[in-house]
Amino acid sequence: MNKAALFDKIEGEQFRKGAENFNVGDSVKVHTKVVEGDKERIQIFSGVVMGIRGRGLNQTFTVRRISYGEGVERIFPTHSPRVEKIEVERAGSVRRAKLTYLRGRIGKGAMAVKEKDPVTTGAAK
Amino acid sequence: MPLGLLGKKLGHTRVYDADGVLVPVTVVLVGPNRVLQVKKTDTDGYNAVQLGFDDQKEQRLSKAVLGHIKKFNGAAVKRIKEFRDFSKDVKPGDVLSADVFEIGQFVDCIGVTKGRGFEGVVGRWSFRGGDMTHGAKGWHRRSGAIGCRLFPGHVNKGMKMPGHMGSVQRTSQNLEIIQVRKDDNILLIKGGFPGSEDDYVIVRESKKIGIGSARHKQIHDARKKAKEVAAGKKVEKKAAAAANKKKK
Repeated sequence: MNKAALFDKIEGEQFRKGAENFNVGDSVKVHTKVVEGDKERIQIFSGVVMGIRGRGLNQTFTVRRISYGEGVERIFPTHSPRVEKIEVERAGSVRRAKLTYLRGRIGKGAMAVKEKDPVTTGAAK
Repeated sequence: MPLGLLGKKLGHTRVYDADGVLVPVTVVLVGPNRVLQVKKTDTDGYNAVQLGFDDQKEQRLSKAVLGHIKKFNGAAVKRIKEFRDFSKDVKPGDVLSADVFEIGQFVDCIGVTKGRGFEGVVGRWSFRGGDMTHGAKGWHRRSGAIGCRLFPGHVNKGMKMPGHMGSVQRTSQNLEIIQVRKDDNILLIKGGFPGSEDDYVIVRESKKIGIGSARHKQIHDARKKAKEVAAGKKVEKKAAAAANKKKK
């Protein structure tokens, strides 16, 4: 086996199934395992995917949400086993790879991202 | 060396461990290791096992080496290395693979460091050098004075000076084995150790934390206990939850 294939194999085993199923602009719920003292529980972080960076095992994504009037961003490694699952609540339609412009927004429209139209996007493909 | 294998460094990557922590690992190809000569005290004066690694065309070897290999019905190999007091019972013609080691075992990795060429004192010995600014001119990466006065009248031996750096054999001790992949004959060893990619390396059982040693036991018992505690608490919690439901 050649080296590249071998490394793909080692890293590929750790990939999360369905990691491609979400995209930038989507509203997601990220279920993470949190250890408190000796016990473990699931914590949910919901928000808009601001950006995805890295390839393969090194891929991470940033989720932004407004929590008690304060913008909060969290970066999750896509393939980490500590991320229980990534639920897409609403697919967004955006024209940027990184939604850093959301940071400048305040008030009601702070998290507003256009919803993806399944008909038009389907036809475009 | 109680137990060891010859190997080839393939590169680095990262893997998630059982706790979901991303661990940096070195990928080492460690087989097939072919057993050539087995030396015994009564015939050779000491106990040792000769291992051959990295298969090679016969015409590429010198007749002397090939003759030695043929004597023990071995296959042509690029590297031959002797391991003294091999703890595994082997005979000539045996093939050893990655599974001589086990997950969680500690190993020492021996490799030849990357050659740095002729290196100054700042690179070679981490001297501070001089200021880059504050009016400094042309005195940036020098060592400064190297001697005294009339006494002792000469530069002391072993003075750190510029010179050749790297390309020397070095050992990294007590590295943990994260994965053993028998199908590909590969070990994933935590962290890095000397040698560049595609270099030959020696992976041997750790001298300080060998399997069955007090330290190994101590480390593994502590880990086992932590896992048991975590698992036990989970079981307790489940039982408690079940009992609560019954009450309701």
